[in-house]
Amino acid sequence: MTSPLVDIRGLEKRFDLSGSFLEQITFKGGRFQRKQEAVHAINGVDLQVQKGEALCVVGESGCGKSTVARTVMGLLSPSAGEVHYGGQRIDNLKGGDVLPYRRKMQMIFQNPYASLNPRMTIQQTLEEPIHFHRPELARSEVREKVQEVMQSVGIDPDWGSRFGHEFSGGQRQRIAIARALAVDPEFIVADEPISALDVSIQAQVLNLLMEAQETRNLTYLFITHDLAVVEHFGTRVAVMYLGRVCELAETKTLFAEPRHPYTQALLSAIPRLEDDRPNYIRLQGEVPTPVNLPSGCVFHGRCPYANERCRQEIPRLIVTDGGSQVACHAVEEGRL
Amino acid sequence: MKSDTPLLEVKNLDVRFAVRGGDLTALRGISFSLDKGERLGLVGESGAGKSVAAFSILNLIARPGYIAGGQILFEGKDLAAMSERELRKIRGNRIAMIFQDPMMTLNPVLSIGTQMVEAIKAHRRVSTKAAREIALSKLRKVQIPSPEKRLDQYPHELSGGMRQRVIIAIALLLDPEIIVADEPTTALDVTIQAEIMALLLDLCEQENVALMLITHDLGVVSQVTQRMLVMYSGRIIEQGPTREIINDAQHPYTQGLINALPQMGEPGARLFQIPGSMPSLKNVPSGCPFHPRCDFATDQCRQTMPEYVRSGNVDVACYEVSNLIEQEKRMQEAGS
Amino acid sequence: MTTATLSRWNRFRESFLWYSFKRDKVAIVSSIVLLLMVFAAVFAPLFAPTDPYDLAQIDIMNSELPPVGMPGADSAFPLGTDAQGRDMLSTILYGTRVSLLIGFGAVVLQAALGILFGLLAGYLGGRVDSILMRIADVQLSFSTLMVAIIVGAVFKASFGNLMFGEIAIYMLIFIIGVAEWPQIARTVRASVLAEKKKEYVDAAKVMGFRTNRIMFRHILPNTLSPIFVIATVQIANAIISEAALSFLGLGMPETQPSLGSLIKSGFDYIQSGSWWITLIPGLVLVVLVLVINLLGDWLRDVMNPRLYKG
Repeated sequence: MTSPLVDIRGLEKRFDLSGSFLEQITFKGGRFQRKQEAVHAINGVDLQVQKGEALCVVGESGCGKSTVARTVMGLLSPSAGEVHYGGQRIDNLKGGDVLPYRRKMQMIFQNPYASLNPRMTIQQTLEEPIHFHRPELARSEVREKVQEVMQSVGIDPDWGSRFGHEFSGGQRQRIAIARALAVDPEFIVADEPISALDVSIQAQVLNLLMEAQETRNLTYLFITHDLAVVEHFGTRVAVMYLGRVCELAETKTLFAEPRHPYTQALLSAIPRLEDDRPNYIRLQGEVPTPVNLPSGCVFHGRCPYANERCRQEIPRLIVTDGGSQVACHAVEEGRL
Repeated sequence: MKSDTPLLEVKNLDVRFAVRGGDLTALRGISFSLDKGERLGLVGESGAGKSVAAFSILNLIARPGYIAGGQILFEGKDLAAMSERELRKIRGNRIAMIFQDPMMTLNPVLSIGTQMVEAIKAHRRVSTKAAREIALSKLRKVQIPSPEKRLDQYPHELSGGMRQRVIIAIALLLDPEIIVADEPTTALDVTIQAEIMALLLDLCEQENVALMLITHDLGVVSQVTQRMLVMYSGRIIEQGPTREIINDAQHPYTQGLINALPQMGEPGARLFQIPGSMPSLKNVPSGCPFHPRCDFATDQCRQTMPEYVRSGNVDVACYEVSNLIEQEKRMQEAGS
Repeated sequence: MTTATLSRWNRFRESFLWYSFKRDKVAIVSSIVLLLMVFAAVFAPLFAPTDPYDLAQIDIMNSELPPVGMPGADSAFPLGTDAQGRDMLSTILYGTRVSLLIGFGAVVLQAALGILFGLLAGYLGGRVDSILMRIADVQLSFSTLMVAIIVGAVFKASFGNLMFGEIAIYMLIFIIGVAEWPQIARTVRASVLAEKKKEYVDAAKVMGFRTNRIMFRHILPNTLSPIFVIATVQIANAIISEAALSFLGLGMPETQPSLGSLIKSGFDYIQSGSWWITLIPGLVLVVLVLVINLLGDWLRDVMNPRLYKG
């Protein structure tokens, strides 16, 4: 197997809730205690993104999928673990050393209404990154490049002097994609890029992303909560629950034969056009808070197949006969 | 189940917004009816006017919006012409509303019990104790675990899914005839969404309550409703039995919406896309508002708004469809 | 270039700002009055019948002449003269100029300090934020006047009256500017905290832009509207502070009078019946501060996003 383009190893991220040292001290039962609380957003995630693929990360809110995206992009620094790009560790790079990777790795955000600077014209928004990363280019070359990238996302280059708020949501997302493409990246992290858009616009943007992947030979890490999109778009899928990957498989395999009980429930909950009634696997209870993580398998509290071992021991990802990787004791023991 | 006069009948409703630079027409000539116990879906993208339609049914349009024409007949009485006092007797009592954001209904500083008791006492002369009993029975109906405890809790102590259950319980408090639900599950995760929709469906069937479900999700509509309306740019462009429309949509826009769904396309292949985006209310195109995005548009479409024609059990406003029907008729006549 | 400016002008004419301005009578009247006053003050040498700084044009024999319409008035001095025989109209025009200059100058200084510290505190957060904001708290806990009085008194004692007269205007700008920067710094910091969570800032970080560039080029332009509102009101405040200091004798000297020192110079003669020397500059001061405040209120209403949406 060739070495992966992006390699995420043992990634953990905690957000501290308890504040400064003085705020952590509580007086309880006649004694002072130091109490530290943290949100455990990611708890040991290993993912490899292969060159040319679209790896989708799915999960419900609070599962840590966006935190993975932001940590890979260096917007957050990991509490533990490493991020490698093309064989080079990048999560600990400082200052100017990061710059080459900024050009190779770009990001598309969820909210097209907030991701464009309201005080900059489209032309300025697109020119700035090119100027910054390729100072050797002359003004006219930069302008040409901007025109080309605007055309490639289906925005009329004559609209360059307009501001973001003069465009519709779908057009803004196209402009945000153009900004990411302007520096000719190899790898794009897309964090819920279509969930703020209308149905007919979602199709346009998905098509655009797939086109760009083909013509520019891009690799995607695609974060979404929408499984129907994953089925259409993803090469492989990682399903996350409470900061861990519970199943990782080729898209076809996962949709044809989901193994993890959580994946099965998630798939059954997609409202399908051919259904006349909601058919879904009902889970018990609710997602626990990531502040007090359950022991053992994070899913055991809601899992119909949970036993004593699930409550005690954290399951590791194992490769099944179908080729998918599943973190579940029941699957491992052949109970499921 | 079907009676002669429908429970709710909206006739030729026009809603306008008075803004600087003249009036904007948000709804134009909306007509539909809702029978007792019927479940109706209102589908459209943002800006189509579906939320305005929902609010106007309760005559809840806030300034600068106003009802410019038409009737909203509830049991034969026109809500559009009623005084605020008479309306208050109907709102919440005979017609209940569920919003997308539970916090629009719930007051964060009052306990769930207090709010439910208050709602009952506003419309019925009952003792606090009796009102609490009613509240408790409704909470049981929405399958909230330990309902007695919930009565003394505050909204922020509940999860999103639980809050939406409480909202449904509040909607059911006074045994309404109609529940208007505006995107009730959009803010929720897929698994929770499936649970809430299933619950809403069961309750409407058990209590024989009519449901008007406003959503952008065609999957949900096909699972829950019997009839549906498709809105575009303030007009109803297609209405009829849900299954018939989903399986064989007539209007090019409805067809496009369905075909643009990722679940309809071959994985990895280009999705069907409707070009352009919904026009803003400020510049609605002449004639059929969909014509700039439509593959079948002719001069006729650009000039005049098409009338409704019937195809099967579906009413469609489209010249292409009406021309096809004409053609078929002529062929049949020629054949016989 | 011309097309760009033209479209900007069109943009402005279609904007909500212009629209609400056209509909607000108070704003229109206030801005007309303010513009007239600023215009008259800036071009005071053109409008003033005499130059109050030129001792050769002053005749002590003309002292304490009443305004036109009163017994004993001289038509050469429409608003009368002061105790030194200077024409009141000219003195007021020149005085308004000094007051406005100090007001604007002080606010420019405030804004420069406030924006810099507010941006740093809001964007960098952590220890920088704590230190800067504590300094701001300390600064705010002193009254501006108290600081100004102490500094002014020290300056006056150490430079002597003559020298003090020359540097008074810079000193006033400096004192008022430095004393009031925390107001603007706090506003900027609050907007920066809101802006830096938005995705366009993340997008800039992902591009690899340096902190300075993100702060000044991306965040700062988006925090300008609240700064604009506060700065307007602060101009009025600075003018009042200057008048108060001048009235106490710590501001502008009588040879280069501001509105405040004019009021003070007339105050000694109010008992002897020459009320106009105090009253007329007083009225001008009140009108000036009032119109600026009215405009500030209007701006705050228009630029408040919550009102804007509703």
